[in-house]
Amino acid sequence: MTINVRPARTAAEEAIAAALEASIATEAGQGRIAELRRAARDAFLSHGLPSRRVEEWKYTDLRAAIRDVPNRAPAPGTVEDLEAAPFVPAVPNAGRILFVNGVLSRAGSDFAALSEGVTALPLDTAIAAGDPLADRINALSPSRYDGPLALNTGFLGEGVALRVDAGVKAARPVHIAHAFPGSEAVSGFTRTVVVVGEGAEVTLVETFAGRDGVAYQSNHAVELVVGDGAVVNLVRIQEEGDAAFHFGTLMLELGREAKLNLFALAQGSALARYNVYGRFEGTSAHAGIRGATLARGRQHSDTTLVIDHAVAGGESRELFKTVLADDAHGVFQGKIVVRRAAQKTDGRMMSQSLLLSDRAEMDNKPELEIFADDVQCGHGATAGALDRSMLFYLRSRGLPEKEAEMLLIQAFLGEAVEYVENADLRDLLIERISGWLEKRAA
Amino acid sequence: MLEIRNLHARIGENEILKGLDLTIPDGEVHAIMGPNGSGKSTLSYVLSGKPDYEVTDGSVSFDGADLLALDASARAAAGVFLAFQYPIEIPGVANMTFLRAAMNAQRKARGEEEISTPDFLKLVRAKAPDLGISQDMLRRGVNVGFSGGEKKRNEILQMTLLEPKLCILDETDSGLDIDALKVVSHGVNALRSPKRSMLVITHYQRLLDHIVPDVVHVMHKGRIVRSGGPELALELEESGYAAYAQDAA
Ligand SMILES: Nc1ncnc2c1ncn2[C@@H]1O[C@H](COP(=O)(O)OP(=O)(O)OP(=O)(O)O)[C@@H](O)[C@H]1O
Ligand SMILES: [Mg+2]
Repeated sequence: MTINVRPARTAAEEAIAAALEASIATEAGQGRIAELRRAARDAFLSHGLPSRRVEEWKYTDLRAAIRDVPNRAPAPGTVEDLEAAPFVPAVPNAGRILFVNGVLSRAGSDFAALSEGVTALPLDTAIAAGDPLADRINALSPSRYDGPLALNTGFLGEGVALRVDAGVKAARPVHIAHAFPGSEAVSGFTRTVVVVGEGAEVTLVETFAGRDGVAYQSNHAVELVVGDGAVVNLVRIQEEGDAAFHFGTLMLELGREAKLNLFALAQGSALARYNVYGRFEGTSAHAGIRGATLARGRQHSDTTLVIDHAVAGGESRELFKTVLADDAHGVFQGKIVVRRAAQKTDGRMMSQSLLLSDRAEMDNKPELEIFADDVQCGHGATAGALDRSMLFYLRSRGLPEKEAEMLLIQAFLGEAVEYVENADLRDLLIERISGWLEKRAA
Repeated sequence: MLEIRNLHARIGENEILKGLDLTIPDGEVHAIMGPNGSGKSTLSYVLSGKPDYEVTDGSVSFDGADLLALDASARAAAGVFLAFQYPIEIPGVANMTFLRAAMNAQRKARGEEEISTPDFLKLVRAKAPDLGISQDMLRRGVNVGFSGGEKKRNEILQMTLLEPKLCILDETDSGLDIDALKVVSHGVNALRSPKRSMLVITHYQRLLDHIVPDVVHVMHKGRIVRSGGPELALELEESGYAAYAQDAA
């Protein structure tokens, strides 16, 4: 137990504390949800924004980075919904749930038109109706204090709850789009709760995008329960505006023989942190947790994973690729925990980065905490520049330098993207990555 | 076509080319032979613009233009092609993607239109089988998992598609079996034309039986020390390079 000597609150922390109080006072104060909000507020009051003195936040100091906290936006109208369109990538064949400036757009969402066997409810509706999905809120939250997640819980209200019935193979992907088209900075706190029934299969796509030059804060948390034998493909595309802060949290629970295939692309925002808490609850489950991060200018992008093998026979594969240009800063922290009961666990974690500039910086922190004896676990990290002889070979065939670089970067990222099984989504990812690379080359 | 005058080039502190002169007129095939380490590959890299080398003196004119003023990509677009002694493997970039990107980059640099997908496929299907390049090798990463001989054949396929003005072949015969040598030579000979010149670097006469040169040069310690007709290659095969060891030192 560390002694918590808190430094004086920063102005931002004071503002957040006041906003939390105000929000809690106005929200309907019933039952469990109100209690969760109050508990999150209390946790925030005692811990504040995480600073670099907190181990998990060593490379991403929110206390230093967050100077103020903009207000939340009002519910979007037709104008806002229209403004959002350029910030919502087209996902082929998907049913869509839309958040605009951090608030659910009922008109912009296809609640009634998702696949057969897939139910979606606005989170407030689920809470008010006492739907069992609402009981899942914060059921998977980590025991350690997590600053962005505490805020997400303290301001809990906006969100969507999804259920995929047992045995259902959802015909269409569900696209949860988060757009921040506003030219005024706002804070958005949204929550997605997904319960995928036994043997069901679904593909989820989360996209995040917003207006450049606006210092909005986008804070989103997902709680995902993958039932026994269920299969979930999750693709996440983070392309927030270049002045935005992005905080993403995934809390994941895998049932027996469940399978998750996650791909997280991060290429937007001034500062981003994506936190994955994955827990193997049923035996012989599989998690593929992969992603690509691209950052340039002074962008800061952090991916932090905690994969907890609580039971036997779990298999996890983590592969993250990072491309850093200019003065960008990338962070990958990955922890695999294998509990005593989790025999025959097979966990492999790899972080590979490509540094396109001498000033770019990558911090890797892999960790294994293994309490079982019959396991296979490993991790690795590499960092390097583009291969000069490959570059010359391409250029000697006439490819301009930038184009040659682009081909090599795409090849590097392709080794992770190829794990996305859905061809439409693979193409979408490749298209978004190409867009980033072309913008950089221009 | 190519006129090299008093070329000096170094890598780091190491001067490798030490006053090299070489002229290749339009349509001619010149061979360069010379002992290991004499600077043959260095010459091919310097001509194709590899950034590691520094030219400290001399000039290279290519079709009247200053070749050394262009970067590697621009030289390729201008018509210089190097078939590498050791072709590079590029995992994750499909051979087809690469071939097409190269063709289009060169066309773009010359202000021409990009090749359409059907035209490109037709062209590759017409040329690849002659060089023994299978569909599978076209789908794979560039040179990835190719045998030594397959890599060399892939170089010639690129050369065939790109139709350069100056073909530099750096030991394209090494690693080829007898049949592949014929296939590759046939591919090279098919490209011979009054508008296209070739610089063929080799250690062995047998390649020159198939690709008959107009002129043979001997390179030693970074310079051309002797030039002659095809018979010079036969002579070298007999007597080796011992005779050049003293006078070029
Ligand atoms: N990167 C380098 N740094 C220092 N010296 C180099 C480098 N690359 C080549 N050299 C030297 O330059 C000289 C010429 O090498 P080069 O490869 O041009 O010879 P070559 O005539 O092609 O030989 P081979 O017949 O073996 O292919 C050699 O002495 C070699 O060691
Ligand atoms: Mg050589």
